[in-house]
Order: sequence, then C-alpha cells, then structure tokens
Amino acid sequence: MLLSVSDLSVAYAGVTAVSGASFSVKEGELVSIIGANGAGKTSILNAVMGLVPSAGGRIEFDGADVTRLPPHIRARRKMRIVPERARVFAHLTVRDNLLVGAYGLRRTIDLDRKLSWLYGFFPILEERSSQPARTLSGGEQQQLSIARALISDPKLLLVDEISMGLMPKLVETVFEALRDLNREHGITILLVEQNALASLRISNRGYVLEAGRIALEGTAESLVRDEGVREAYLGI
Amino acid sequence: MSTYFITISTFIAIQAIVAYGLNIIVGYAGQISLGHAAFFGIGAYSAGILATKGGLSFWAALPLVLLICGVLGVILGLPSLRVREDFLAITTIGINFIVEAVFLYVPFFGGAMGLGGIPKIVLFGTRLKGESLFALCLACLAIVILLCRWFTKSWAGLGCRAIASDETAASSMGISPVRFKLLAFVLGTVIAGLGGALYAHRMGFITPADFGFPVSTMMLSIIVLGGIGTLWGPLLGAVILGALPELFRPLADYRMLLYGALLLLMVRFQPGGLLGEASILKNILARMKGGNGNAR
Ligand SMILES: Nc1ncnc2c1ncn2[C@@H]1O[C@H](COP(=O)(O)OP(=O)(O)OP(=O)(O)O)[C@@H](O)[C@H]1O
Ligand SMILES: [Mg+2]
Repeated sequence: MLLSVSDLSVAYAGVTAVSGASFSVKEGELVSIIGANGAGKTSILNAVMGLVPSAGGRIEFDGADVTRLPPHIRARRKMRIVPERARVFAHLTVRDNLLVGAYGLRRTIDLDRKLSWLYGFFPILEERSSQPARTLSGGEQQQLSIARALISDPKLLLVDEISMGLMPKLVETVFEALRDLNREHGITILLVEQNALASLRISNRGYVLEAGRIALEGTAESLVRDEGVREAYLGI
Repeated sequence: MSTYFITISTFIAIQAIVAYGLNIIVGYAGQISLGHAAFFGIGAYSAGILATKGGLSFWAALPLVLLICGVLGVILGLPSLRVREDFLAITTIGINFIVEAVFLYVPFFGGAMGLGGIPKIVLFGTRLKGESLFALCLACLAIVILLCRWFTKSWAGLGCRAIASDETAASSMGISPVRFKLLAFVLGTVIAGLGGALYAHRMGFITPADFGFPVSTMMLSIIVLGGIGTLWGPLLGAVILGALPELFRPLADYRMLLYGALLLLMVRFQPGGLLGEASILKNILARMKGGNGNAR
C-alpha cells in the first residue's frame, strides 16, 4: 500500500469537515474521491499533504507514518499535490515555477530532459516559459501546476479538482493526460473531483464522500453502475 | 563643498548597504521587518567595542562583527519567523526598541552618552577618511549588490521568492519555510552589520538613537521608494532620500514627515516602487531604449 489513511478527521475551529475517513491507494493505481461541494474533498487531500493538521487518525505513506510530518518533509518523500485553483507562483516565470517544483532534486533528476518531456506534454508552457505565471489563463495555470508537480517524479500525485474552470474540451485533454501519466508512466494518482463521470472513467477505484464521511467505495465500474451514485453525481 | 559632497555620499552608500540587507528580508523573502536598524546598531556597537575595548583593527574585527550579527539574527529572528506575518511586524518593532534600550541602559555600551573614540579604518598603513573612506564604502556596496544579484539567481533565492509568493504551495514542494525565511533574515542582518561597522568607524562616536525605530522606518522607506525586491531599487531610494533633505534644507527638520508621506504616496500610486514592475520610471526607460512601454 503506497498510501493508507485510517480514521482521518479534519476540523476547522472546532467545526468538523471530515470525520473518520479511511481509504488507501496502491502503487500504480488511479483512485478518485468524488463528492459534492463542501463534502470535504479538499480537506482530505490537504490533510494527506500536511497542509491542514489532522484532528485524528493516521496517515501512512510509503511504509512510514507521516501523520505528524510537515508538508515539506512529505514532499521530499515524493508526495506532490496539484492544489485547488492551481496556486502557481504568480510573479515567478513559468520556467522558475517548474524549477521550484524540482527544488533540491537537481542531483537526482535530469532537469533538461524532464523539462523537455513536460514541454512535450504541455507545449504552451514552453511558449510562455519566460512570462510571469500570473499572465497565464486559468487553464494554462492548471497545466503549469500539474507540470510543476510532475517534474519531481512523484511517487504519489494528489490532484484537487483539476477540471475546475476548464472548458469541456480541455477537461477531456487533462483527464487523458492524467490517465497517460498513470498507465504509461506508472505514476500513482489520488484524484479528488466533482466531475464524477470524467474522473471515474479513468480511475481504477473510487470513494464517494458525503458530508465528511466515506459513504461508498468500490471499483470505478461498480460506482458508475450504482443507482445512487448515478442519480446523485452523474446526473443520469 | 567637495568634502560636504563626500560626507553626504558616504552616508548614502552606508545607508544603501543597510537597505540592501532589508531588501533581502522584505523583498526577496516577503518578511516584513520594521526593526532593521537594530541590526545596523548591533553591527556598529560590536565594531565600536571591539575597536575601543578590544583593541582590534576594523579588519580583524569585521568577521566577528558579521558573526555576531548573524548569530543574533538567528536568535532574534527564529521566534519571530514562526509567528504569523502580521505579528512579525510588531515583533521586529519590539526587537528594535529592546536593542536600543540595551545600548541605552547597559553601562558597558556607554549609555546615553554613546560610545566614542572609535578609530578610523586603516588600510595599507593609511587612515581612511574623505575620498578614501568613500571609496571603501562604495567597494563594500558593490560587493553587497553583487551578492544580492547572485542570491536572486541562486536556488536559495528561488526558494525564498517561492515562499514569498505562496508559502503553502512552496512548502508542498519540499521547501522548508522556516529555513529559508531564516536564511534571508540572517543574510539581511549580516549585511546590516557591515553597514553598522562602516558607520561606527566613520563617525568615531555612536549613540543609541542612531539606531532607533525612525531609522528602521527610513530603511523601509528607501526600499519602498526604490522598488521592493528589485536589484537597483535600494540604491536609488537611498540616493533620493539621502539627497533630498540636503538639496532642500528646510526639509531636513521634517524628515520623518517626508518619509511617511513618501511611503503613503508610493503605496497608493506606485506600490512596486520606482523600479518595480510596470512602474512609470521603468516604462520611460524602456521607451527611451526604443522598446514599447511594457517590455520587461
Ligand atoms: N479554512 C477553513 N476554515 C473553516 N472552514 C473550512 C475551511 N476550509 C473548508 N472549510 C469547511 O469545511 C467543509 C469542507 O470543505 P472542503 O473545502 O474540504 O470541501 P470540498 O469537498 O473540497 O468542496 P468543493 O467541491 O467546493 O471544493 C466545508 O463545509 C467548508 O466550509
Ligand atoms: Mg475542494
């Protein structure tokens, strides 16, 4: 098990956002957590990355307990997040944004090869490489955010609501890119999405989050076929 | 007139050095510091005491002075950098007042009477004053500017800028916020210490009030005016704020008012400073070069 989370709780100023969530991701898997607005998806991902403290429970990553470790230590163990709304470094150039993603890794990865691989995936980033990141469109910032995480060769990629603000055509492209990364390049991905159909379509397994609790879990196909899920999340 | 010009220019060079230190803390690492003069003072007093009571030359004392500033930068900076950003402003003001009070009330530092008898700097057997001292200050300033330039291009500088831009995102990329904020803070305090040592030997006599809160405000005004986080902003700001009260003598009595007004005006109309991104001055410079106004 690459990531195994048991009984995780997250609370903000005493208000519980996530309660007793348990889930896991095996090496090489692509797993989705789907849920409505405010269900607690972002809270879960941020707790896994260490960006918000967990109020209870245990997070194991790559065979070690990381529950109390700060985010930068988790990042060094090769966990990366593509956060909600991209959060690129607005005043840094596109290229510098990517370099920050490779921070501390210049001895272990071939930077130039990595960059050209990423530019192949996202050509717009090469075109804009010396522009400040804030001049990119929302969708381009999402691409930069993914590339910035990928440059580090992560073992686990956490992806928060990647489809937000993207046009349908681009949503498809981005999801295809994620599937490619998972299937062709073996990157393990935990995806959090409102866009349930698109994310389940590329996933191996999924969890349904309702008001901070895991309500349902199963293979992606079984969830897509589930009556309750179809009605609530797929609009079918 | 010429000696007068040299005197003013020497002060401007020293102030610019100190402002470059602050620029690393505020501009590159995004940490607001309102107590920078404390470290200017720690540098000056360390140099003064090592010279008068320790009998060391400027050159022999300098490494120690920088070390003292660095160590005190860590000790005073570490707790401040762990607090939330808005507290940092208050904590650093506090540091400034405490350090000034220590100079004022601890007899070892000479108290309100100040510390006198600090000798001139000797280089190759000559005592530096006038032009030669100015040249030394300029050389130190040049080294500091080169250091800043190198820092912005280094990986550590990139880490600092990432943290200044989005601390959470940076930390989720393996960058330790505390470590890099501290690095910037200490670099800034060490540079302030260099300015302090030059100041002490230039003046020969220093008092606690030379390093009070108003001086911190002035340092902040210098970098806000010139352009926070830019390479040439601190120099431009130091030259303008150093020369203005001299050119318009009546202004000298209203220095603080002038700095305050300038700060407000800049923040309102040119938040990036004179040399900041898309500033009026930068656009004019770009136009003169024949490029269009928005060229970077
Ligand atoms: N910083 C915060 N302070 C207080 N409450 C918060 C904070 N962040 C989230 N919450 C609350 O926690 C609950 C879960 O929020 P979360 O952002 O995890 O939901 P989400 O599933 O990601 O929603 P969305 O699909 O809209 O992104 C919500 O009720 C939200 O209001
Ligand atoms: Mg969310």
